[in-house]
Formats: sequence, structure tokens, C-alpha cells
Amino acid sequence: MNPFDTSLSALAAQLATKQVASRELAQVYLDRIAALNGTINAFITVDPEKTLREAAAADAAIAAGQAGPLTGVPIAHKDIFCTDGWLTTCGSKMLSNFVAPYDAHVIERFKAAGLPSLGKTNMDEFAMGSSNETSFYGAVKNPWDTARVPGGSSGGAAACVAARMAPAATGTDTGGSIRQPAAFTGITGLKPTYGLVSRYGMIAFASSLDQAGPMAPSAEDCALLLNVMTGFDPRDSTSLERDKEDYTRDLDKPLAGLRVGLPREFFAEGLNNEVAAAVEAAVAELKKLGATTVEISLANSKLAIPVYYVLAPAEASSNLSRFDGVRYGHRAPEYADLNDMYAKTRAQGFGAEVKRRILIGTYVLSHGYYDAYYLQAQKIRRLIAHDFAEAFKACDVILGPTAPGTAFRIGEKSDDPVEMYLNDLYTIPANLAGLPGMSLPCGFDGKGLPIGLQLVGDYFSEAKMLNVAHQYQRVTDWHARRPEGLQS
Amino acid sequence: MSLSQDDVKRIARLARIETSDAEAQATQAQLNTIFDLIATMQAVDTRGIEPMAHAQEVTQRLREDAVTETDRRDVFQAIAPAVENGLYLVPKVIE
Repeated sequence: MNPFDTSLSALAAQLATKQVASRELAQVYLDRIAALNGTINAFITVDPEKTLREAAAADAAIAAGQAGPLTGVPIAHKDIFCTDGWLTTCGSKMLSNFVAPYDAHVIERFKAAGLPSLGKTNMDEFAMGSSNETSFYGAVKNPWDTARVPGGSSGGAAACVAARMAPAATGTDTGGSIRQPAAFTGITGLKPTYGLVSRYGMIAFASSLDQAGPMAPSAEDCALLLNVMTGFDPRDSTSLERDKEDYTRDLDKPLAGLRVGLPREFFAEGLNNEVAAAVEAAVAELKKLGATTVEISLANSKLAIPVYYVLAPAEASSNLSRFDGVRYGHRAPEYADLNDMYAKTRAQGFGAEVKRRILIGTYVLSHGYYDAYYLQAQKIRRLIAHDFAEAFKACDVILGPTAPGTAFRIGEKSDDPVEMYLNDLYTIPANLAGLPGMSLPCGFDGKGLPIGLQLVGDYFSEAKMLNVAHQYQRVTDWHARRPEGLQS
Repeated sequence: MSLSQDDVKRIARLARIETSDAEAQATQAQLNTIFDLIATMQAVDTRGIEPMAHAQEVTQRLREDAVTETDRRDVFQAIAPAVENGLYLVPKVIE
């Protein structure tokens, strides 16, 4: 069988009617992973025996008439989610020997829904990066051009979906880590409203910004996955107590009367011409479907990067203090005393970008600098959130590019942290405000590289955003294209 | 503002990351570029603006004071670098 051009809902229907077994489907994907992972490096860990055992359990559930909407559909998980009995590295040498003793909430949810895990995907170390080059396990290659990056930090997740090594994947997004790699690899990815998906068991980077979400070829796929992932969890202190929603409920609504806000700051200098043209063509497509546009301003969004590079490192320096070589993970083989053990363990276990961010965070939180950096950044964070609140008085959804350009070459930006940081110019504001954002494919540049379009919605408007994306995907086929000629 | 090499070494000491002089020198230049970027927010007038720590204005939940966890010490200590008799081992700190 060839499941690679089949939607999740169609795969689930074939499983439910026993046209295919979950074990067969999982094997097809395991074979494709075995053939392609040497080239793409999307997975850090695969364990066919475990995968097939979970698939057999899904088949048993289907046979017993206990199947849910996605039972038996295999999925890949970002290696940031603790997975009981699986190596869980977060892309770091620090956790290169860490076999998690429990499941993250997201993993629990997918297990309960009967989706077998295909393995753990590669990522920037501790999710700090926009290219996947900071992984201890080596760079992930973009399936559209293996000399280029897939974006990051959920680069392995994006690349494995783009190369159809998995029908879908989980990702996390602190400053764009779902959306930017989705854009670079031609898939659809959604970062939900902060607090909708539990962070329990998701290795923390910047806790006030981190949010998990689905990555898959289409918006309809993402809606189904979001139905599994969301929900209250008392073990995450910022998990929101809300009634369960069906994110597929509005997919088929017509777009007549939809007001699309175009932030003038997102179409200003720094945006690649081909990306701008593709996004503008998508706007024209939405207008044909009955949408109207309104120019809006997110005047403080230009401050999002400096604000983010104070807040995220500050939270990271605190969160990553737990990696001390005492309870789990790497410990330096030789040391003189306790302090020396900490310092050597952390010097050996962390890569350069993680160290840089810990140092920035330590500095901005240190005595005498807190007000000037951390507090100032938190105040501007409010200004940025306020800009969005004003904008949503005039529009239903905000639309712009996901990233200023398309996938860049491996090594092209790795020596200049600031150049790398500018990649997240359009995605960071939604994290700071805690708003949902998604990226969907809207074309290709002259080099044949995918271009992503970003939607940002008001709090809890995921169903609306998925509706817009699905209607767009009904009349376009960018999301259905996949790279040709991939060989092992 | 510009960080000196000594500043970098002091911050690294606070963060418990061993850093050689050569590493501190390389890091110094990169951190200063990043702090130049960060400095652009200093010019913004934020008088009277309430700091925003979180996207949702939620308060900490309280729960009943009841045992909710089972004893999983053996499982957790099975992945520790060094343990003995249920205790985590570290270099001696008290003579």
C-alpha cells in the first residue's frame, strides 16, 4: 500500500474498516525511516519492536470495537517529550543516557488514543535554535534540498513529515519552533494558545512561552491531532481548565465575511520578495473565497526579538539549573569537589548555543540588572500583547509570512547567533502574547523550496484558524506536494 | 554596555559552567553582539506599564493535602549517576 498521500482521517477510516492493520501501516513507515534516516537524520531513536507492539495493541482495540478517531495511525514524537522506557535526549549530550521513567502528558494522550509511536525526532539542543544545527545528534537535512536546514527547533519532526517518514508528528514552539520548520519543509503546524496543552513531562526551555502542538501535511490533520493533545492537566500549573473542544467543527464553514488583518510591519524591509509574492497570492485566494482584508499595525513587534532574548534565556537559565549531574543525565568522569563536578558536568554536557543562552539569562537576572533587562522586557511584552488585542478589534485572524526567507544552507548562519535569531522575527510575537499561531504551505521559491504563510488568531480561536487554513487547502495543493527523488 | 572577559568568566562561574580563557574570549564577542540587540529595548518608555509574566492571568491552584504520589524511588534512582542505600552520591562537602 502507499499511505504517503493519504490524510489522517482517510488512514483512520482504512484502519477502522480493517482494509489495513496498524501493524502493516507502522511497518511501511518503519521501512521508510530505515531507508531515509541515514540521509535526513530526522530521528534520534527508533525502536521497531516497541512500535509494532503498540500497533498490535491498536489493532486489538480496533478488533474489540474500542477504536477512537485516530486509533492505529502511527506518529513521531519530538525528543523533548519524556517517554517511559525510551531514550529522551532533548538533542543534548547532557541527556544522551536518559531513559525517561514516565510519560509526558502529550505522550499519555496519544497512547490512550491508540497512536503507536514511530520514534523520537531530532531537534535543536533543548529546543534552542532555528535550524536544527545545535543538536548533539547532528544536523537534520531538509528533504526538499539536503544541503539545507529544515528549520528548528522541531526540525526532525518537520523533516520526517515532509519526507513522509511519519504521517504526523508532535512539536513544541517557544519562539517559532513548530511554525518556522513547518514553513521550511512545506507542511502545516500549529502552536496552540498558551495553556491548552499540558507541559507536564515536556523538558522545559522557557516555561512562560513553551507550548506543544501538532505537525502534519494538512490543517484537517492538525485539527484531529489537536483534539487528542489538548485538555486540562493538574500537573501543569499553567494548564487551563476549559471544556473540551472539537477542533474539526468549523473546518467546512465558508469564509464569506472573514476579516483578515495584514500587519504592515510583517510586510516591511527584510522580507524576501518571493516569500512576499507567495503570501500576497494566498491573500488573493482567500479574497476569492469571500474574505476581506484590513491593514493593521503591530508597532511593538519589532521589539519582540530583544524582549524574547531576555525572557527566554532568563527562564532557561533557571530551568536548566536542574542539569547538575546528580540525579540523571551526564556526569563528568573526573572532578575535584562538588562545585567542580557541577561546572565540568555542565561544560561537557551543554553545547555552545545552550551555554550562551544560560549565560545571557544568568546575567540579566543577576543583582543590579534585573530591572533594566528582565522587568523592562516583561513590560514590553505587555505592549506587544496589547497591540494584538487592538488588532483583533478590526479582524478575525492575522495573516503574514512565517519566516523572512526560505530554508538556508547548513552552516550559512551558524556562526552568527543574531543572524540566526532574526529568523523568528514574525513568529516570536505570538509566543510573547500567548496567542495561537500556525504555518501552512503557500508556494515555492525559484529554488523549489517551500514557502510558509502564518496565521495568528485571538486566544482560543484555533477552530477558526483551522477553518481558514482548511478552506485555503481545499482550493490549493501546496500542502499535498512532497519532495521527489528522496533516496537512501 | 560591553562585557569584559572577566565579566564572562564571572557569569559562567555563577551559572556553574567551567569556561577556559579561550572560550570566554570567543563567547565575549558573541554575547556583546546579542546584548547590542537587546539594548534596543532600553529606549522604550514603559513607565506605568504592568510587567507581563504570563499570557493567561491564572492563579496557582490549591489541592487537598493528600498523598497523590506513589514511592518510585528505585525507578528514579536506577537512572542516577551514583547512588547508595537509596541516597544520591556527590563529592564530600562537609568534613
